[in-house]
Amino acid sequence: MHPVRKKRMITIAVILVVLAAAIGLVMYALSQNINLFYSPTQIAQGEAPQNVTIRAGGMVVDNSVERASDSLDVAFSVTDYQHSVRIEYTGILPDLFREGQGIVAQGKLDERGVLIASEVLAKHDEEYMPPEVTDALEKAQAQ
Amino acid sequence: MNWTWFHKLGSPKWFYQWAANWGGRCVYLGLALLLLGVAWGLGFAPADYQQGNSFRIIYIHVPVAVLAQSCYLGMGIAGFVALVWQMKLAPVFIKSVAPVGAVMALIALLSGAIWGKPTWGTWWVWDARLTSVLVLFLLYMGVIAIQNALDDQVFADKAVAVVSLVGVINLPIIKYSVEWWNTLHQPATFKLTEKPSMPMEMWLPLLFSAVGLYLFAAGIAMWRMQNEVLKRERKANWVKKEVLEHGV
Repeated sequence: MHPVRKKRMITIAVILVVLAAAIGLVMYALSQNINLFYSPTQIAQGEAPQNVTIRAGGMVVDNSVERASDSLDVAFSVTDYQHSVRIEYTGILPDLFREGQGIVAQGKLDERGVLIASEVLAKHDEEYMPPEVTDALEKAQAQ
Repeated sequence: MNWTWFHKLGSPKWFYQWAANWGGRCVYLGLALLLLGVAWGLGFAPADYQQGNSFRIIYIHVPVAVLAQSCYLGMGIAGFVALVWQMKLAPVFIKSVAPVGAVMALIALLSGAIWGKPTWGTWWVWDARLTSVLVLFLLYMGVIAIQNALDDQVFADKAVAVVSLVGVINLPIIKYSVEWWNTLHQPATFKLTEKPSMPMEMWLPLLFSAVGLYLFAAGIAMWRMQNEVLKRERKANWVKKEVLEHGV
C-alpha cells in the first residue's frame, strides 16, 4: 500500500480506538444510570435509594396479584427468581399485564421496602407465536 | 484477489452507467417485494398469542430499524474509504444515503412508539435501545446539516466522512444495548447463529418486506448518487456526451 495511505489509515485507526475506549469507559461509569430499572436482587441488597423515584422490573409472581374489589388498587410481587419486591399501584394496568409477565414499575420505595408505583409498563419477550400454537402447547402440557 | 470492480467503482462515469442499468430494477423489484411482504404481514400472517394484532407492526418496524443501521454502517465504510483512498464516489455515497437512512431511523422511532403504546403502555421511555436509536437519528441529522452548511464541497466531504466514521461506534451500542443493560425493549428476535424465535408463517413475510425494503433503498440511493455525480462532474466531457445522447 502507498505509504501516505498507510499513514492515514493508521491515524484513523488510532483515533477510532481511543474514541471507542473513551466512550466505553464513560458508559461503564454511567452503567448504573443507563440501566432502566433495578432488579429485585439489587433492591433487596439496598442498592436502590428510598423515597426517590426509581424503576423496578421483574416477572410478576404467580398468584401474587391482589385486586381491591371497590377501587383500582392492585398489589403484586415481581421477582428475578432470587429475590422479590412487593409493588402497590392504583390505576389501569397495561393489557399485557398478567402473572408470569415481565413488567417495569416506576415509583418510590417506602420504609417497608414496598414500591409505591405511579406507572406500570409491560415488557414482552422476543418470542412470537400464533394463538393456535400456544393452545396446542398448553394441551400437550396438560396431558 | 481481483480488485478491478473496486477500481471501476472509483470511476464516476462507470458508476453512472452501471446505476442507470440497475437503479430502476432495484426500485421496482424492491417495491413489489415490500408491498407483498407488508400486505402479507398486515393482512394474512397469524396474530400473536399475547399481543394480538398490534404485533403486526413488526413487519414495518424491524425492516426500517435494521436498514437505518445498515445505511449508517455503509456511510462509515464510505467515510473510511473517503479519508484513506480519497475515492470520488465515497463522499457521493455518504451525501446520497444520509437522508435515506435518516428517514428510516425516523420511521423506526415512530413505528416503535406506536407499537409501544398498546404493548408496553407508553409511547417513549428513556431506555438504552430507544435512546441509542435516537442518537443514530441525530447523527444522520448532523451529517445532513454539515453537508449543507459548508460551502466548500471538499471540506464538507471531509467533515462528513469523519462524522460518519466516528458515529459507527454507536452501532454496536444499539445492537448490544438490550443485552448490556436492563431495558424495556426486548432482545432481538433474529440472530445470525440461531433459528428465529417465531414460526415460518410469521417470519417469511418479514423476510419479503426486509429484502424488498433493502432493494428499494439501494435503488433510491443509486438514483440519488447519479444526480450527485452529474452535479459534480458537470464539466466532464462524458457528462456532456451523456446529456446530449440520452438526456436526463
